[in-house]
Amino acid sequence: MRYAVPLGIFVLLLGLLWAGLGMNPREIPSPLLGRPAPAFRLPALAGQGAQVAPADMLGKVWVLNVWASWCSACRSEHQVLVDLAKRSQVLLLGLNYKDQPADAGEWLAQFGNPYAAVALDADGRAGIDWGVYGVPESFVVDQRGVVRRKFTGPLTAETVSGELLPLLEKLRAEGG
Amino acid sequence: MRGNNWSRWLLLMCLWAGAGYGQTAIEVRQFSSPQQQALYEGLLTELRCLVCQNENLADSNAELAGDLRNEVYAMVTQQGLDEQAVKTFLVQRYGNFVLYRPPVQASTWLLWGGPFVMLLVGGVALWRVARQGRAVGPVEDDLSQRLAARRLLEDEE
Repeated sequence: MRYAVPLGIFVLLLGLLWAGLGMNPREIPSPLLGRPAPAFRLPALAGQGAQVAPADMLGKVWVLNVWASWCSACRSEHQVLVDLAKRSQVLLLGLNYKDQPADAGEWLAQFGNPYAAVALDADGRAGIDWGVYGVPESFVVDQRGVVRRKFTGPLTAETVSGELLPLLEKLRAEGG
Repeated sequence: MRGNNWSRWLLLMCLWAGAGYGQTAIEVRQFSSPQQQALYEGLLTELRCLVCQNENLADSNAELAGDLRNEVYAMVTQQGLDEQAVKTFLVQRYGNFVLYRPPVQASTWLLWGGPFVMLLVGGVALWRVARQGRAVGPVEDDLSQRLAARRLLEDEE
């Protein structure tokens, strides 16, 4: 076969391009996975001096959800989070990223509050430490305080039931 | 005077074109030494903005790029970190993706080696085609074919 080699190269290229089409360039693998959750100690939303810190969460499996009232994708995700908080005992912490506390409070009053606590990251420094580059983002932290999974972009009902809940179940079974 | 008018317009347009350059994303910064400034500006061109992924930190208008410029500025001027330390800080948070020149490792060898592999494949292909062309040699002068051709031409007439 004269054309076997060029045809082979062509098919290979086609396969690579096809695979490339299905990839999401926004999903950058986080270097945080398997590493301790970056520390912060930030004022809580409407907390009257209360603070939120990952260090206080040791021994628990929890989810950090990065959101903002100016983020339109967060709006579609919010209902999923509210449903999640209602039907399971997920420990959900919010990181309110570069937002106005008043706007954030209004948003939660209007659409429901799924968070156990919300930390105010007004200048986005904690966001940088967590490698946040596009809200919404969600991180799963295990009982030893290690980041185990990152979801970039809005969580959907499918990712929650298909990936998040089974992972939380598994991490709880792992112990501390 | 007509000519004078034109040159005035030309000057105005040149000034307009230049005006845009003053309003880029880059903040006005103060440095204690030219080396520090060179380090800062060099880093901004070497680091990728994660929001507009085809832009570096120097060119990007994204808000995150502005925050990261502030961060890099503080690391260079206040903390006195060198190039490697600043890069390590960002790689620990965002991964090798922030570097326009990522290190050679298992996940990047194809990126670094790919062009050379392509060059090799192309070179081999070229060499084979060239060798084939030579092997065929000059076209044989076949008498029967020549007669057939002449017959066809005569039929035409």
